[in-house]
This record gives sequence, C-alpha cells and structure tokens, in this order.
Amino acid sequence: MPRRGRTLTIVALLALLAAVPPLAALAGQPFYLDLFRRVMIFAIAALSLNFILGYGGMVSFGHAAYLGIGAYAVGILAYHGVHDGFAQFALAIGASALVALVIGAISIRTSGLYFIMITLAFTQMLFYLGISLEEYGGDDGMRLAGRSVFAGLLDLRDPMPFYYFVFAILVACLYLVHRLVNSRFGMVLRASKSNEGRTRSIGFSPYPYRLAAFVIAGAMCGVAGALFVNQTAYLTPAFMSWTRSGEIMFMVILGGMSTLIGPVLGAAGLLLLEDLLQGWTEHWQIILGPILVLVVLFAKRGLAGLLPGGGRDE
Amino acid sequence: MNLVLLLEQALNGLQLGVMLFLMAAGLTLVFGIMNLVNLAHGSLYMVGAYLSVALFGLTGSYLLAVPLALLGTLAVGMIVELVALRTLYERDHLDQVLATFGLILFFNELVAILWGRAALYTTLPAWLTGQIEIVSGLNYPAYRAAIIAVGLAVALGLWYLVARTRLGMLIRAGASNRTMVAALGVNIRLLYTVVFGFGAALAGLAGLMAGPLYTVQPGMGEDILIEVFVVIVIGGIGSIRGALAGALIVGMVDTLGRAFLKPILGTVLSPTAAEAAGPALASMLIYLLMAAVLAVRPAGLFPARG
Repeated sequence: MPRRGRTLTIVALLALLAAVPPLAALAGQPFYLDLFRRVMIFAIAALSLNFILGYGGMVSFGHAAYLGIGAYAVGILAYHGVHDGFAQFALAIGASALVALVIGAISIRTSGLYFIMITLAFTQMLFYLGISLEEYGGDDGMRLAGRSVFAGLLDLRDPMPFYYFVFAILVACLYLVHRLVNSRFGMVLRASKSNEGRTRSIGFSPYPYRLAAFVIAGAMCGVAGALFVNQTAYLTPAFMSWTRSGEIMFMVILGGMSTLIGPVLGAAGLLLLEDLLQGWTEHWQIILGPILVLVVLFAKRGLAGLLPGGGRDE
Repeated sequence: MNLVLLLEQALNGLQLGVMLFLMAAGLTLVFGIMNLVNLAHGSLYMVGAYLSVALFGLTGSYLLAVPLALLGTLAVGMIVELVALRTLYERDHLDQVLATFGLILFFNELVAILWGRAALYTTLPAWLTGQIEIVSGLNYPAYRAAIIAVGLAVALGLWYLVARTRLGMLIRAGASNRTMVAALGVNIRLLYTVVFGFGAALAGLAGLMAGPLYTVQPGMGEDILIEVFVVIVIGGIGSIRGALAGALIVGMVDTLGRAFLKPILGTVLSPTAAEAAGPALASMLIYLLMAAVLAVRPAGLFPARG
C-alpha cells in the first residue's frame, strides 16, 4: 500500500509539472514557464546528488562541478559554431563522466570529513580553471552563442518544446534512478552505505560500486548543466561556485534524502521559496539562512515525509 | 630571477602562511575536540575584519580597536556556539555542513545590511605604513612584516597553551576521548564554548589583519575558508602541528606559484602558451598538491590520532 501511495504521489506531481505550460499560457504569465523549467533542471541535479548521497552515503560537497562541466561543454561548442544538440549533449555527458571518474577515483579512497573537503576542493579548482579561461569569458563569463538545436526534432529556442524536453529528461532520470537503486548494483551500494564491514564480509568491495555510482551521478548532473546553460543563455564560472554545491545539497535534504521524489520537491521548495523571499526584500538571504538551519535541525525527513507514501526507500 | 625578488616572494608566502595558520588552528581545534565541521569559520574572519574597521573609525585608535575587535569576535563566536552549533555536535557531518552553510548566508547578508555590499576602505596608522629594510636592496612593507611577527608569536603562544597549561591539557584530553573527560568531572560544555570562542578570536585576528591587504566585503571569508580546508586536509584534520605545516606549505606554494610559474613555464613553452597556462595552473596548484598528498597519505601529513 505505501508503495502504491508513493507511485500515485509521483504521478500526481509529474502531472502538475506537465500542466504548467498551458496554465501559464492561460494566465498570461510566461514567467512561470521559466521558473518551473529551472526547478526541473535543478531537480535533475539534485536527483543525481541524492543517488550518491542518499543511497550511496557519499557526501559530495562539489556537485556543482558537473553542472559547470556540462554547461561549458555546450558553451564552448556553441562558441566554435557547433550548435548540434546531439554533439553538445554527448560531450557534456562524456566530459562530466570523465571528470567524475578522476575526482571519484581519488576522493572515494577517503571517507567522512576528508571526502567532503576533497570534493569541495576539486570543485574549487575547476572554478578557478573556469575563471582563467580568458578565451571563454574568464571571470565575467560569456553569452551563449546560441541554444542547442536537435536537427529535425527540436529547437531549444522555443520555450514550450524546451520545457517538455527538460520534463522528458527529468522523467527519464527518475526512472533510471528508480531502476538503479532497486537493482543488484543499487543493493550493494545501499548495503555499503549502511554497513561497510558486513558488505565486505559477504564478498563485495564497495569501491568499484561507489565509483560507478559517482560517475553516473556526475554524468546525470552534466546533462542538468547542459540544460541549465540553455536556460540562462549565459555561461559563467559561477555555475561551479561552492555555494551552488551547497544549494543542490540543501535541495536534497529539504526534499527528503533517500527518497525518489525528494530531490524534485526540494528543488521546487528552495527555488519557489527564494522567489517568494526575493519578492519581499533585497536581503532575502538573511531569512533563508536561518530557515536552512531550522530545516536541518528539525525536519530531518524533508518534504517527502509529508506526502503519502513518502517514506525512505530503505 | 634574482635573489631579492625570490626572498621578497618567500616573505609574502610566509605572511600568507601565518594567516592561514591562524584560521586553520581554530578550525582544526574545533574539529578535533567537538567533531564539528564549521563552514561559518570564514564568517568569523569577516566579522573580525569589519569590527576592526568600524572600531578604528569610531575610536580613532588602532591599538584600542584591535583588542576590542578581537573581544567582539570572541563574543560573536560564543553566541553562535550557544545558539546554533551546540545542538549540532551529535549530528553527522552532512547536517553540520548544511547548518553552518545557512549561517554563512545569514552573516554575509547581516554585514551587507549593516555596512553595505561595496568593499570598505581600510586605513592603517602611520607607524605601520612604512617600509623596513630586511637586507640591502630589499625594502619590505612594515605591515606585512608585522603580520609575520604576530602570526609566529601566536603560533608559539598556542604551542605553549596546548602543551604546557591546564587548559591545554583539557583540550588534548577532549580531543582524544570526550566521554572520559566528561566522566572525570570536567565541564565539557563550558570547555567547548571556550575553545570555540578562542578559535573565533583567532579567525577574527586573521580577518582584521587581512583587511588592509585584501578587500573588506561581504563573502570575504569564503575564499580563504576553502584554502584553509586544503591546509588542514594536507596537515591532517585535528592536528595543530599539521595545521602549521600545512599552512606554511600552502602559503609558500600558492605565493611562489603565482609569482614564478609563468616565467618558469616561459622557458619551456611559447610565450603565449605560458601566458595562458601560467595563471591557470598557479591558481590550481594547491589543489593539485592536496590531491598528491592524499594519494600518498590519505590522512594527511600529521594525522591527529596516529
């Protein structure tokens, strides 16, 4: 029964997201199309982080790195006149997977606090690399030369198809994470999170499983980055700033760690809250900061815990 | 590359190193004893810088403003510990990271409300603005030399405090076994508050000294905070000796890399390639160093509980 409740919740939420464009058009508020597209892009990023954080126990504090790599892959190709979406997204996925492989291979050898700090430091390194790329705008960033075009299929310059493209990718990622988590691979990953010693003693070495999960999450977040640069139409090293990593991590916690739908709720919760606070005051962060502290201290189960069937998968 | 320039840059490296050490000592103590990751340590650095600028403007006396700013940062640190951080000691690192991240947002915005978002103009008393001749041909700014002197003095004082006093004994005991120290009748909560306030004051000292060298603006603490993470990861989390070694290494490598990497690359690469690669590589150097250290010694150079 709780399982069915959860499926119903997910379907209902996705139906709501799918209904945003016609409703926004009806209300004459195209702004909401933009806002919810942004929500879904960050939902994909948070979903990928939740895969390694919630199910794998890897507290990566540098997830914005892959957002940046995906964005730079699209931005750099567009700058050199390649607007083909297939090539751009393939490069975004490949490059972020490769970077995740290198960072993961070193970081996963450590654990606990070291892991947090190393993933943070590697992302900071990429951030400075982005700043020093004078050719591609350096510190200031640069305008995206043109949005991605999938020849014959789709042109991301049209807001409505772009919205449903992001929606389709979000649904695909949700399905992928669901299948991975419930596969044999996902069981080993979850087992090594809950008890590493026992996992070893029944014959599984956690390292290759964790590394594979880390690479999958990196590649998924790279897709979010490729979408994000199409959303903003502007490429800047700030995509990789460490506060961005913190925001993505907060989305996971706010929505409910180790739940499938949590990251989507968390992304929506944080971005809508930011939008609301920004409408009130220029100094909205002075309200957001304490809210963040309170959520961490008192609302451990997150938003997903409030919904039917929203319990953790474990 | 002449010798005087090399010496000057080495002194700059030492100056950055001692500032990193002031930050790293507090952060690593708090981690070693309370098992707390405090991202808001950079905010205390910022508070120190702002308080010293404001108090110097108010009192007109630098010698009065500095101790007042230190006391102010100490008080802010203790209040933060009592109100927010105390409940976090038993939580996992993920919660600590996120909650202290929330504190950073709060402090940055508070400072922006009180003093505005623009960088503050900082002044120094006349007796600190001159140059002193270190060797013939090298005139070094008196202010940077003073930072080095203060930093080394604090390092020495810290060593004395931790190794030779009763409070230091409690700190070391708390780091190796908290429950046992509490069982022996030590007021561990008070010890925590004192250690946290003390670490805050050290961060404040680093901040108020950094003010005239770098810019005083909201968010100034974050860049140095991440460098300090690199320092304590290289040195070994929880170890003051490691923090000192890590800080000096990072300070030197960063400063010398920025100064000399481009000319060195210029001897092997084409000028345009060196022009492009030099600064990029220099800003990444300390992170590459950290990765290299961790590949060889995953617990840092001086692991606290070896």
